[in-house]
Amino acid sequence: MIKKIFAFLLLIALAGVFLVVLQNYETPEELNLTAAYYAEHGAEEVGAANLVSAIVVTYRGLDTLGEVTILFLTASILSFFLKQREERGKRSVRASSELLRTASAVLVPFIFLLGAYVFINGHLSPGGGFQGGAIIASGLVLLLLTDPLRKVSSRLLARVESASGFIYVGLGIAGIFLAGGFLDSRVLPAGTFGTLLSAGLLPILYILIGLKVGTELSGLLTRFQEVQVPDGGDSPDLKKGENV
Amino acid sequence: MINSILFVVLALLALSSAITAVLAKNLVTSILAAGFVSLLASVIYLLLSAPDVAMTEAAIGSGLSTIIFFYVLNKVRRSGRHD
Repeated sequence: MIKKIFAFLLLIALAGVFLVVLQNYETPEELNLTAAYYAEHGAEEVGAANLVSAIVVTYRGLDTLGEVTILFLTASILSFFLKQREERGKRSVRASSELLRTASAVLVPFIFLLGAYVFINGHLSPGGGFQGGAIIASGLVLLLLTDPLRKVSSRLLARVESASGFIYVGLGIAGIFLAGGFLDSRVLPAGTFGTLLSAGLLPILYILIGLKVGTELSGLLTRFQEVQVPDGGDSPDLKKGENV
Repeated sequence: MINSILFVVLALLALSSAITAVLAKNLVTSILAAGFVSLLASVIYLLLSAPDVAMTEAAIGSGLSTIIFFYVLNKVRRSGRHD
């Protein structure tokens, strides 16, 4: 009872805080100092048509590196705790419907293609490494839904992931020596504004981030898929458990 | 005008499915409702002209986290039956 009253009071306090925030909110008429700088100089300094990408990868590149590191840590901790069982292949599942099989055979290549498009064009159109990687991983979700026993090579995923992470940081360090600082994209020439090969190093960095995020999320999913095997398959009724 | 009506409808839908996610007795319903909240949120982000955020929310919030919840639910159910 006391617990419920406490939760209720906490909710009221939270609502009060939000009310104050809402009352003090006014739509800003002009950009603040940092935003104005990005809006004015972003296009000519970085040469990316998508200003969001220019900020995320260049001006705030260190934050992106931090995000990728957090994702990497999460994936490693998960694979540490979700140990793969030795007894494989004892899990029996219902066959997927023909609709699902056909649809995934048609759609999955296009989903992968869309993911690659999103991170390759990250400096031109909305999207980028994170989004493209997530789209690729959701293509893998569809594959795993169609065939829950499918084996995904975790070695390949791990290799692509570590290689892209390594090159990403390496190119960042190259920026210290060849351009203005860590993760500076001006190592390569800026190129023509708005074309695929523009904005210096930015597209390459985004491709690496996309590969890294995509393989990390896919590896995470594969981990979860691998531990779905029932323990040793000792009792027969467990084998026919529903798989959601 | 149409934009703000759409916004209000989406926000109300998102709120109601969030409440469904909390109150539903069936965990599968809860997971699906939580995924639906993310999907609606991504449409709201798109209306607020933030397509980058909308893409991330749609792929991670409603796609990947939903399937991970289902995997975990499946695993927890299996180990629960062993006791």
